[in-house]
Amino acid sequence: MLRPTPRLSSRLNRTEMGWREKIWQINWSLIAILTAISSVGFLTLYSAAKGSLEPWAVKQMIRFAMGIGIMIAVAIVDLRFWMRHAYGLYAISIILLVAVELKGTIGMGAQRWIDLGFIQIQPSEIMKIAMILTLSRYFHGASVQDVGRPTFLIPPLLLVLLPVALVMKQPDLGTAMMVLMSSGAIFFMAGVRLWKFGLLLAAGLGAIPVAWQFLHDYQKKRVIIFMNPDQDPLGAGYHITQSKIALGSGGLFGKGFMNGTQSGLNFLPEKQTDFIFTMYGEEWGLFGGLFLLGLYVLLTAFGYAIALRCRSQFGRLVALGITTTFFLYFFINTAMVMGLVPVVGVPLPLISYGGTAMLSLLFGWGLVMSAYIHRDLPIGRRGGLDD
Amino acid sequence: MYHDNDRSKLFSRRALLLAGGKGTLISALIARMYYLQVVEADRYAMLSEENRVSMRLLAPPRGLILDRGGIAMAVNQHNYRVLVVSEQAPSLDYTLDALSQIISLGEHDRARITKEARRRRSFVPITVRENLSWEEVARIEVNAPDLPGVLIDVGQSRFYPLESLGAHILGYVSAVSENDQTNNDPLEELPGFRIGKAGVEKIYDMALRGRGGTSQEEVNAVGRVMRELERREGEPGVDLALTLDLRLQEYAAQRLGDESAAVVVMDIHTGEVIVMASTPSFDPNAFNRGLTHEEWKELSTNPRAPLQNKAISGTFAPGSTFKMVVAIAALEAGAISPEQTVLCRGHTELGNIKFHCWKKGGHGSVDLINAMKGSCDVYFYEVARRVGFDKVAEVANRMGLGVPTGIDLPNERSGLMPNRAWKRKALGQPWHPGETLINGIGQGYCLATPLQLAVMTARIANGGRQVVPHVARDLITDKDAVPRPAPNWPSCGVSQRSLTLVRKGMNAVSNEPGGTAYRARIDQEGMWLSGKTGTAQVRRITMRERETGVKKNDELPWKERDHALFVAYAPEDAPRFSIAVVVEHGGGGSAVAAPIARDIMLEVQKRERARVAEMDRKGQG
Repeated sequence: MLRPTPRLSSRLNRTEMGWREKIWQINWSLIAILTAISSVGFLTLYSAAKGSLEPWAVKQMIRFAMGIGIMIAVAIVDLRFWMRHAYGLYAISIILLVAVELKGTIGMGAQRWIDLGFIQIQPSEIMKIAMILTLSRYFHGASVQDVGRPTFLIPPLLLVLLPVALVMKQPDLGTAMMVLMSSGAIFFMAGVRLWKFGLLLAAGLGAIPVAWQFLHDYQKKRVIIFMNPDQDPLGAGYHITQSKIALGSGGLFGKGFMNGTQSGLNFLPEKQTDFIFTMYGEEWGLFGGLFLLGLYVLLTAFGYAIALRCRSQFGRLVALGITTTFFLYFFINTAMVMGLVPVVGVPLPLISYGGTAMLSLLFGWGLVMSAYIHRDLPIGRRGGLDD
Repeated sequence: MYHDNDRSKLFSRRALLLAGGKGTLISALIARMYYLQVVEADRYAMLSEENRVSMRLLAPPRGLILDRGGIAMAVNQHNYRVLVVSEQAPSLDYTLDALSQIISLGEHDRARITKEARRRRSFVPITVRENLSWEEVARIEVNAPDLPGVLIDVGQSRFYPLESLGAHILGYVSAVSENDQTNNDPLEELPGFRIGKAGVEKIYDMALRGRGGTSQEEVNAVGRVMRELERREGEPGVDLALTLDLRLQEYAAQRLGDESAAVVVMDIHTGEVIVMASTPSFDPNAFNRGLTHEEWKELSTNPRAPLQNKAISGTFAPGSTFKMVVAIAALEAGAISPEQTVLCRGHTELGNIKFHCWKKGGHGSVDLINAMKGSCDVYFYEVARRVGFDKVAEVANRMGLGVPTGIDLPNERSGLMPNRAWKRKALGQPWHPGETLINGIGQGYCLATPLQLAVMTARIANGGRQVVPHVARDLITDKDAVPRPAPNWPSCGVSQRSLTLVRKGMNAVSNEPGGTAYRARIDQEGMWLSGKTGTAQVRRITMRERETGVKKNDELPWKERDHALFVAYAPEDAPRFSIAVVVEHGGGGSAVAAPIARDIMLEVQKRERARVAEMDRKGQG
């Protein structure tokens, strides 16, 4: 009896997986860490509302539940699907960014939101993910030699600069920096030579005086205040000064849950969004801060582990790109509230109150999870469709 | 497969590098956290306390002022204010419109309120109007549902229920001005805080104020009070009981009527001032409320000086009331004996200057008692000439003239008892012998306050003890009131013989027919008074005028009329009270001042008798 040649290994050479099998593959530890971080957020939002689930904590919990659902859905979708539609998503993001530019709702003095009727979306959030997918796809098929050719690097560079320019125009300096930096990380991981980064950096520094001209007044002010926050403690430097007071007064062990005076008495601006870490730090002290930082580092480490275990370059780049974006989120936010970097509108991931960020972050982790589930899936040069 | 292995290795290497970079950043975060929360923790903890805790001063209630019978003379009144909190008013204009239907609200007020509302945080109450009547408060309360954001607030303000009665002793309170000397009392910083500006309100200000309490409040970033952390109640001000008897004070004020006058009645043994009236008076409530420009102008330019307490700040030539002091000085010096007589022919001469007696035809031959009884000027010219004025002034000082009495009231004047040294120093001129004569009848340079005259009389009546007058019943320290110790006044250093003789002369003035105050005597048994009239001339009478006839007071403008004075003590047989009455430009002492003194002294003694009878009745019951 002739039987079909058995496959060498069911694990190594498969191109298809059933959804049941995928669900079995879900990395629950990762979800546990995400849940732990988000729970810190719920508690802090509860405290920020002076011991009430309203108005923030409950909504945040619902969004988290939705986000986890989206994340699992994204994770189960074949990684090749995301690769295949990377450029499309990028194109859509660009269109949305332009749309926002043309007729965006004014929010926080910047055009960032687009109202689709049932949901308000922030195209720049989608762009963060689309950018990672696009670059990962671009570099997926590139050999080490390809990456070494400068001409090969010009298209992705343009792909990066176009949305960055659009986001800057909104103006959203924080997101622009984030896109730029996470893109840089992917370039780096793809094997671009370090001296090329040096060259780019030098060019970038040289462009600073030119870029300064294009900055809005409030952005210039923020940078100046960052340099010397004490000069105007009640004016524009207020945020940083009050944030440092709140954090510092927390001390080693904090003032205790629900006992934050500075945030509780509204000395702290934006305590439920961008400055939530300050509130958390005031109440839980240095140890609380280190605990949260530990969770973030653990999550980052998971992202690295998944990236390193991935067989496909696309999966590796996506996992690392998302992880790096996430890292940049929490680093920039915490460094900002501690007065290490200028105040830019970057939320504390999974903790700051806000729907879009929560959903897009969990969408991103869904992609990382997908890379984990499909870690052994070899993907050909063109997304495995022509293999 | 393309060189996936190379790529994989490269990826791993670079992942390690990237992780290293991230590790560095994380380290920086931890270091920063450590710096903020450990190294600088104390500093930030302090800053955070400052951020949230605000101290508020609580004004203590000001001490009450009562008369000797416990009748309130100065109280704290609820001051109803209507406030508006713009945060709670959907539309400030609407609320103010509705409010102006109920209470009068000028355009000026409205402009001020809207301006303040723009400037202040929306939860800060803004005063719409103060000093609302009870009726207005009620109307606002009834309409409260239609007045969103409107609050009624109760503050305290000083109120003097008796208005002008006793105003000079009470003084008044008003807002702290830049010129006031401060006592480093934080209360003075409170907006709307009032301090004593005159009278006992001023002199016992610190005790009346009390100690401010504090309230530590937790405030949020915009200054809204969230809760009280700690409250330390202050101490209310000391209640001040005066020695004044309000009923007598009222009687005296009525008796003085529209005259520009002053009367002082005091206890010759204790120094308690029972009556101190100065007319015209003023309403101290006006100062608390804030005077209008017109009111102030009227008060400050009125020639009868309603703001001045003439009993202690008005100085007058004592005239003939000074003759007791001259007599004592002469008796003490042995310059005269009571039996020696002087012939009065209506004038005497020194060098080629004529010195006139008030009685044109003269008194004839008079001894000490008769000279006092008829107030013979010629007799006292002679006596003064014999003893010399330096000695007279020295005795006068011991009797309480020319030096402040030391009463517990601000702005006491010391009057003037001249001597050679003073004249040389003040005027740079030598003493003329004639001045001894003029000053010997209480004219010339001599000046005394009504209070000084009352004290002088008291010291004559109490046997030469240097009683010091006071208006606060108790000894008041900055935070307490303790009963005064039993008085133990030092002696004036005057012999009882001289004092007895002088008292005998004063008895003759009032109780012997022909005495200058005989018509103003008291007939009631045991209430007899002994006194001395005085008429102080304020203008010079020329020789020509004397020839054509001295003008009557009625014919002169008010400012040129004589001052009418009278001093007395009573009862004659067992002295208890002394009185001094000065009616500025009032005319003759015997015609104007003595009847006033008699009426008041009678009232004082009747009241004292009633009081004693009451105590006896209670003692028996």
